[in-house]
Amino acid sequence: MRLLSKKDSKLITDPLADNNPITIQVLGICSALAITAELKASLVMGVAVLFVLGIGNVVISLMRNIIPSKIRIIVQLIVVAALVIIVDQVLKAFAYELSKTLSVFVGLIITNCIIMGRFEAFALGNGPWKSFLDGIGNALGYAVILVIVGFFRELLGSGTLFGVPVLGDPIEKSGVYSIGYENNGFMLMPPMALIIVGLIIWVQRSRNKALIED
Amino acid sequence: MIEHIELFFKSIFIDNMVFAVFLGMCSYLAVSKKVATAVGLGAAVIFVLAITVPLNWLLDQYLLQPGALSWLGAEYADYDLSFLSFIMFIATIATMVQLVEIVVEKFSPALYNSLGIFLPLIAVNCAILGGSLFMQSREIESLGLAFNYGVSSGIGWFLAILAIAAIREKIRYSNVPAPLRGLGITFIITGLMGIGFLSFGGMLTGGEDGAVTTEPTAKVEQAKTEKAKELADNTKTVE
Repeated sequence: MRLLSKKDSKLITDPLADNNPITIQVLGICSALAITAELKASLVMGVAVLFVLGIGNVVISLMRNIIPSKIRIIVQLIVVAALVIIVDQVLKAFAYELSKTLSVFVGLIITNCIIMGRFEAFALGNGPWKSFLDGIGNALGYAVILVIVGFFRELLGSGTLFGVPVLGDPIEKSGVYSIGYENNGFMLMPPMALIIVGLIIWVQRSRNKALIED
Repeated sequence: MIEHIELFFKSIFIDNMVFAVFLGMCSYLAVSKKVATAVGLGAAVIFVLAITVPLNWLLDQYLLQPGALSWLGAEYADYDLSFLSFIMFIATIATMVQLVEIVVEKFSPALYNSLGIFLPLIAVNCAILGGSLFMQSREIESLGLAFNYGVSSGIGWFLAILAIAAIREKIRYSNVPAPLRGLGITFIITGLMGIGFLSFGGMLTGGEDGAVTTEPTAKVEQAKTEKAKELADNTKTVE
């Protein structure tokens, strides 16, 4: 027996590329850009959103028939806020340094539009299992872009990956630095994240002409 | 007074919500196709920020901070409810947005119709929650400063969305590569504007520290003499 039917697995694979939350749906950009100067922070942010979106989608989907539609935004916000508090407390307990790097952006998962967008567009109209898969898929699509941006920014900006130097030592001029390469400190500046996402969109849309806007 | 002016310019230009910390990007990208709608949303953001930031400042000061409950009595002094701040802030914001919506609908139906869909959207605009969270993490001292911070960061956001909307109206006539059209070019333009806004960073410190400016020139002089020496050495070895 297959674990996922064809329709179910499409829920996960679709948001990874052709319906990516960041590059196609334009949701959840704020946090995606602000914390991607390091690969580790990007990965942790991806995992945090995976947790919040996966569980939140299930909760909202379970409650979808008893939420009055007039106050659904407040209900959704409260569910997300409760989940984000859990993430924030776990981070503070087990990875204090990292929680300092992420600062207010953990809190901003609450207003991450991907989460509200998926609640509105999917969880309010579908069952818990499907909503769970949809949440996981969209969070993975978000994490993929985060990791790509984080990879380039950390590699070109400080010559490291996960804090481990991979291009050699910039002070002793070993590795790539011996042939005159210099770290591009500009990659660590916030605006470069925007430009990298712009370039990702460029690459993606030239590969898939159907996505081009007129 | 001086700290008010400083905070005002700092939150508009240096710590601009869009270009320095990327808050409210979703609505910034979604609603910036026309100048008219961008102005409406920008005004609403200024308004909501001006209300929620001082309100959340009061909450933070008298309810959430470590030791904030001491006004209830000495036995409450060591309570720390700051882990509740996310849920309290977002509840305030959601209620305020709802209230503002009702009030605007009652007293100015014309404004309500022009803002219509954007008002409820503001509840999930990260610039609003971000304003309150930065207010908390930067430890703003007084209610007046909190109000100032709310208004001025709202103005910064307003300026950003106005600028990008104007650019996007004009860029329709430009020959942008097809895959970059729309979203892609908007991202890149925002990045370039962000680089421009980085230059405001020196605005509040410039001119005061004369000592710093002399030091680099001395270093440059030293480097020049060293280079000259090197050149001389090289020419010698060539000879």
